[in-house]
Amino acid sequence: MDKRRFSLADFLCKFYVYILLLLMYAPILLLIVYSFTDTKIIGNWNGFSLRLYTALFNDSEIMQAFTNTFLVAISSAVVSTVLGTFGAIGIFYCSKRGKAVLEGISNIPVINAEIVTALSLTILFVFCGVKFNFLTLLIGHVVLTIPFVVLSVRPKLMQMDANIYEAALDLGATPGRALWSIIIPEIMPGVFSGFILSVTLSLDDYIITAFTRDTAFQTLSTYVYGVTSKKGTLPPSLRALTTVITLIALLILIIVNIKSTKEKENIRK
Amino acid sequence: MAENVIIELKNVSKHFGQTYAVDNFNLYVKKGEFITFLGPSGCGKTTTLRMIAGFELPTEGQILLNGKDITLLPPYKRPVNTVFQKYALFPHMDVYDNVAFGLKLKKISDGGKLRRLTTAEIDKKVKNALKIVDLEEYEARDISTLSGGQQQRIAIARAIVNEPEILLLDEPLGALDLKMRKDMQLELKEMHKKLGITFIYVTHDQEEALTLSDTVVVMKDGMIQQIGTPEDIYNEPKNAFVANFIGESNIYSGTVTGDKKVRFINHTFDCVDAFPRNEKVDVVIRPEDVHITSEEGAMASGKIVSKVFKGIHYEYIMMVGRNELTIVDTRNLEVDKVYGFNIEPDGIHIMKKELTANIYNDAYIDKNNRVVISECGFECDITSLVPGSVVDEEGYVVAPDGTRYDFTDADVKAEIGLKNIEILDDEEAGNVRGEIVSIIYKGDHYQLTVRTEQDEDFVLDTEYTYDENDLVGLSVNAQDIKLTLKGEAKKYAKK
Repeated sequence: MDKRRFSLADFLCKFYVYILLLLMYAPILLLIVYSFTDTKIIGNWNGFSLRLYTALFNDSEIMQAFTNTFLVAISSAVVSTVLGTFGAIGIFYCSKRGKAVLEGISNIPVINAEIVTALSLTILFVFCGVKFNFLTLLIGHVVLTIPFVVLSVRPKLMQMDANIYEAALDLGATPGRALWSIIIPEIMPGVFSGFILSVTLSLDDYIITAFTRDTAFQTLSTYVYGVTSKKGTLPPSLRALTTVITLIALLILIIVNIKSTKEKENIRK
Repeated sequence: MAENVIIELKNVSKHFGQTYAVDNFNLYVKKGEFITFLGPSGCGKTTTLRMIAGFELPTEGQILLNGKDITLLPPYKRPVNTVFQKYALFPHMDVYDNVAFGLKLKKISDGGKLRRLTTAEIDKKVKNALKIVDLEEYEARDISTLSGGQQQRIAIARAIVNEPEILLLDEPLGALDLKMRKDMQLELKEMHKKLGITFIYVTHDQEEALTLSDTVVVMKDGMIQQIGTPEDIYNEPKNAFVANFIGESNIYSGTVTGDKKVRFINHTFDCVDAFPRNEKVDVVIRPEDVHITSEEGAMASGKIVSKVFKGIHYEYIMMVGRNELTIVDTRNLEVDKVYGFNIEPDGIHIMKKELTANIYNDAYIDKNNRVVISECGFECDITSLVPGSVVDEEGYVVAPDGTRYDFTDADVKAEIGLKNIEILDDEEAGNVRGEIVSIIYKGDHYQLTVRTEQDEDFVLDTEYTYDENDLVGLSVNAQDIKLTLKGEAKKYAKK
């Protein structure tokens, strides 16, 4: 092989990746770095300080939004993981025709523009005369995340030996028992990734949240949107907030990765 | 019926939409028997097994276990266990938990009270089952670390540990290689003897069926073709399908020429089965029942045209006139030489010809005076419906007495001889197209069954070679379709 040309291609390849990474992560890195100084504007550095963090954790409004966000994310993820998993199992054991129809229907929210989902939910709630509260917000997020749970459980079902459910019945398990002790453990990795996906989707959702929440109820996305549109500039404590959120996301990512490598090792064994 | 019948299927049918997977299946199985459902894929054998297990419900009929109706009982309430073709072990459990799964759910009656098995009882049974399948040391192993053969043993252990009344095995050795399959066959037979459980076994491998079973049930198109011991099935096949499916055989069309005399391949032979004179019959001769001798004094003779060494014997093909005869012999004979041969009367198996013509009872005439069979129109001689008639310009059939008939939509019976259907390589040519579903070689020609998309069968004789699943076109000459009107011609008369 021509060594020179090879190294040029190699260089271009790496260069491209580095540029891409830089573009993606530079703004976040910038925010993280400047979260450790207490200047008003990014670009000025007046020494290392954790003052933004103390301000952040003392800002009751932000802390409330923070708790609210996780409350919505976790509770909606739990609901949609349960519903989505059983939905996926139901679809999987449907007749061929019903299967195609149901799969199509459950995928519509994925393709559909979020604003349409948000609007139609709002109209539905208004039509039913429901007051916007935590429940409407929860429903909104469940609608948003369920299809992704179905999508991540489905491949696990397809990989599964279709006979194991029958084998469990054959050995004396009732259908419920067979579902619980054979099917569910078998598709657990898919259920878990569906749950994580739901949490992350719900965490950074703005559109559906904005439409279906009680206006007094702030999540991080609505809070940030609110303050930036009001003041026009970024309050310094948001830099600390961004850092915290990034760290949490990183943590989730690491957990998921460790889990999936363990699974692969199990299969290889 | 005998007392020791464990399971009985009465008029059981299973339809999936329009297709009959199993059609009017009647069978009883004795306690402790090793019975095998044998047939090509799609013959309904697995569906029958699944109905016994309870995974499918029969569309019609009844299944009785020890005289009690279990037709609608769910699988988890039936005292039967299944070994699946692809094992269906639970991947997230180790070997021990797989085998113990059924036991942990089981309730036994103890002094009139129902209770679960204790851990010690379960442990004893699991260890015993693993010992039977020779995998004692594997308790803590993960399923994914086992070879195919070991997984199959675990699947068997998982089923027999529950002490089922019947063990169902759905092609359990299908996924194993040949050597392993042979070993497992012997072990299964050994296990059957030791456990005394009734085994119902499904396979498409005729050799496996003959090796293992006490009774073989040969199936085709959802229907039982023959039930019998392996010896019966092999030596006295009931029809050409069974003869062709079980072992090597020569199949010819013959005619009964006298008392226990049958003529085929242009010679007359003595046989043991009595049939009416002039009856058309199928004749089956196993290759090992033909004895090659010198030409003088032999019943007939022919030239050996091919020789294949098969280890313990040679397989020869001899041309007797225009017919091929397959013979096995341990002697090394010369190719291209003429030899004589004898066939003992009990080596000639005669069975009634199933089919001498294709008969379609629900055919009808369309407005173009064509006969419609299986949704396909065939040109036919419509004047044959009324003796001496002609067709006028408007398409009416005019009788000699001047009566005009309009046969549009008239129901008729159409009959087409096996030799009168022409087979065409181009599936688009001809009147109808279909797929070849069966081929039986009859010495000097093949008998093919061609199934159309409408599930209608056309059986025909041809000299040309085709393969199963080939798509072909069929055409029939107008004068070769014999029409019989259903009902009186009068009602079609025009006033």
